[in-house]
Amino acid sequence: MNSGILSFENVTFTYNAEDEKVRPAVANVSFSIQQGEWIALVGHNGSGKSTIAKLMNGLLFPGEGNVKVMGQAMTEETLWEIRSQMGMVFQNPDNQFVGATVQDDVAFALENNGVPHEIMVERVHEALSQVKMEDYKDHEPHHLSGGQKQRVAIAGALAMRPKLLILDEATSMLDPQGRTEVIETIRRLRESTGLTVISITHDLEEAALAERIIVMNQGRKHVEGSPTDVFKRGNELTEMGLDLPFAMRMTHLLQEAGVNLQEEHMTDDELVDELWKFYSKA
Amino acid sequence: MMEKMIFGRFIPGDSLVHRMDPRAKILFVFLFIAIVFVANNAIGYAILLGFTLLVVFLSKIRLYFLINGLKPVFILLVFTFFLHLFFTREGDLLLSIWVIDIYEEGLRQGIFISTRFLVLVFITSILTLTTSPISITDGIEILLGPFKKIKLPVHELALMMSISLRFIPTLMDETGKILKAQMARGSDIGSGPMKERVKAVVPLLIPLFVSAFKRAEDLATAMEVRGYRGGEGRTRYRQLNWRIADTLSLVLLAGLTAILWYFRT
Repeated sequence: MNSGILSFENVTFTYNAEDEKVRPAVANVSFSIQQGEWIALVGHNGSGKSTIAKLMNGLLFPGEGNVKVMGQAMTEETLWEIRSQMGMVFQNPDNQFVGATVQDDVAFALENNGVPHEIMVERVHEALSQVKMEDYKDHEPHHLSGGQKQRVAIAGALAMRPKLLILDEATSMLDPQGRTEVIETIRRLRESTGLTVISITHDLEEAALAERIIVMNQGRKHVEGSPTDVFKRGNELTEMGLDLPFAMRMTHLLQEAGVNLQEEHMTDDELVDELWKFYSKA
Repeated sequence: MMEKMIFGRFIPGDSLVHRMDPRAKILFVFLFIAIVFVANNAIGYAILLGFTLLVVFLSKIRLYFLINGLKPVFILLVFTFFLHLFFTREGDLLLSIWVIDIYEEGLRQGIFISTRFLVLVFITSILTLTTSPISITDGIEILLGPFKKIKLPVHELALMMSISLRFIPTLMDETGKILKAQMARGSDIGSGPMKERVKAVVPLLIPLFVSAFKRAEDLATAMEVRGYRGGEGRTRYRQLNWRIADTLSLVLLAGLTAILWYFRT
């Protein structure tokens, strides 16, 4: 079986394993992600998605089942090698900035992995130009906006030339502008390098950009499919505490109000397109 | 008040002193502190003062700026001067007003000790003014390198220092936010008797501590995920290079020692 770049096989994890009354944070979850895919892992708080993130990078090990990255099972021995091949960006832009300046921070992972100085300089430059932050290389973190800090964090992950980039709620603390900056950066990166991206989020608007969505609920995989398929379950998602994208909610409200719209719309543009056609028909 | 204080601040620039290797500068300052004690007469102190002014000149930091920024230190300086002036009772009696007697030796000691103090404060300030904190950390890490053999965690200490420096502005911002939040809830921090004011700081410190621990935890996770495993097998992105000017500065210092020794009585 092709396990792809990352796969979970019947993974169960309980934080407090001795206590039998505790519900497992992740229960019997299986999925596999292929090279070059953009996957969104969505779920409400407490759905188990943060635990999954920790299982992916070996901060936690599964109680039952297997986590495999690039065909290798995640164990104490393979941990560091696996980590050097995946980049991860976290929620809080300030709390993951280790270096004193932008370039120092980008070089951090390279330093840790013992990359020689000449190669390091090259890679730092390359990574910063990929996120369009070359002009800021001597800036200190407190002179940067949230979106810029997250882009630096992405550069820091890219410097190791990872096969896989995991965004753990990377846009949830940003203002709308910062969010757009980060999402644009990811989109561009995907086009130019075909990087595999997993974004863990509770924002369905961001998830709509992915190729495939995995919805988590109460520690279990609720549904998996393309954004269009997943969003068809409108009310089900709302009941799980997820906010549908604005265009979808608008469509539903218009339909309820008796406006005869034909399709589901995931993006604002699609909705606007149908609306003006609708208007010209009428 | 805080804006004017230059103690421990870094002023970016491109002077001869700015471009020096931080290791050279740190060594220079430590050796200088020892050398200052060689001087024991007027000529010696005059040479020291002249040398210090030369260093200030080379660093292109304006003397006025330096003096203005070190005002709080001068209070201490003046205090030291008067302490020696009033309490040293040797040599000829120069002046006697009411209960105060001023002796020749007192005046001499007062001037010498405060000159020594002034010279030390100037030179150490020049170090911090011309070297970025991160360069100082790098310098210290390499200079302390040999102590790794006796199990001194040099790399860890340097990393701790650089992370603390990196988080100072972040935590300052946070303090500002908490202060405003508490003020909005009616906490009165800037007034009242001392006891009340100290009490008012508690609701400021507790949220700050909580958030600092939260940050530390996040940072540890981020570092681990990026492959941090301690100093073993790590390479350095920032490189220091020792140039001729750095060797020359230490040679200059040796020359100064020789001259001071010659004039010593």
